[in-house]
Amino acid sequence: MIDPGKAVKQSSEKFAPLVAAAPTLIAGAMFGLVFGFLLQKGGVGKYNVLIGQLLLQDWTVAKIMLTAIVVGMIGVFPLHHFAKVNLHIKPTRIGANIIGGLVFGAGFALVGYCPGTAAAALGQGSWDALFGMAGLIAGSWLFAELSGWTKGTIEKWGDLGKVQLSDLLPVPRGVFVVGFALVLTTILVVLQQFTTR
Amino acid sequence: MNTNMHTPGQLISRRAAYLIGSLTLLFVCIAANAGASANALDYPGPAWSPYLVGAGIGVLSWLTLYFSDKSIGASSFYAQLAGFLGKRIAPRHMASLTYFKDNPPRVNWGFVFVVATIVGGAIAALTGGEFANEWLPPIWEARFGDSVALRAAIAFPGGMLMAFGARLAGGCTSGHGISGTLQLNVASWIAVICIFVGGVAVALPLYKL
Repeated sequence: MIDPGKAVKQSSEKFAPLVAAAPTLIAGAMFGLVFGFLLQKGGVGKYNVLIGQLLLQDWTVAKIMLTAIVVGMIGVFPLHHFAKVNLHIKPTRIGANIIGGLVFGAGFALVGYCPGTAAAALGQGSWDALFGMAGLIAGSWLFAELSGWTKGTIEKWGDLGKVQLSDLLPVPRGVFVVGFALVLTTILVVLQQFTTR
Repeated sequence: MNTNMHTPGQLISRRAAYLIGSLTLLFVCIAANAGASANALDYPGPAWSPYLVGAGIGVLSWLTLYFSDKSIGASSFYAQLAGFLGKRIAPRHMASLTYFKDNPPRVNWGFVFVVATIVGGAIAALTGGEFANEWLPPIWEARFGDSVALRAAIAFPGGMLMAFGARLAGGCTSGHGISGTLQLNVASWIAVICIFVGGVAVALPLYKL
């Protein structure tokens, strides 16, 4: 089957210079500004909102994420169908996804900010985000030190390659997207009914 | 044959065991000395509706793909900073590491995106009268007291775990949690569920014991 998104010019990330071209950087800066603005307005720069989600008291994070997923899906898949965007499919490596996710979650609870919301938190003057950000740099370095080992072990466990949820069911992707958007919207309605925030 | 010889894997797993063991001990000590159990709803919530903000981020994901051929993500920024720092301290060693061979650090779209996220957060807070200017979140202070050093001692290793987990899983709450999930990546759905399972498992004892 022809993947319509392949019609779009492929990015040349691999051969990029140390500092990317000015138009690329300006676009990144504009989008980042909007992202940080939205995160702060959404309350997810606030420690108590983020930790409140992990304590299952404050459901703001889940509401923002699920809404973003539904709205994102119903725009991105039609754009892809008409060859206007590429999809960025990350490889599924079950062992690495599970272990990495659990380790990330444990760290998230200790910091109270995640990598993106820490940036928004720093902007809003929550200076304790700096401790988490320093840890993020140190942890990235630690991972790089061990990356030769993880690549040969954990990252090989359950390596399924680039798969999407829609590949798992025998229905066309368009049908899956509509059905899944409805399921996620139902979850949002239920959340709104049963949560105070 | 020297019996003290270990394979790199054994050495790493032993160090990891020490690290996890000492973190758990620290954690239990802190939780045991903590104040009353917390309710996050006693503290300020979002300025805008989460549905409005979520929809805005959803639309932003269309625009970044359409105009820049990029997915929103944050965690790689910290790996790039680590790479730049490492290149100053030990350039040859850094160049030999698998991760930096595959992902050489550079000032690119994703890098300025996160720098701008800081600025965007500042604009939103300043225009909305929500600029915090504080070293300790109030809910943390109510639970663990007014020591900034304690906050740093917990947040720094927390950040390390987060970065390690994000690099292993292939993304964070942005890259997997929003961009990856909306593109229906199986990897992202597995990772985001595990992120919340891990997060709840640590947050509940931290604030509820």
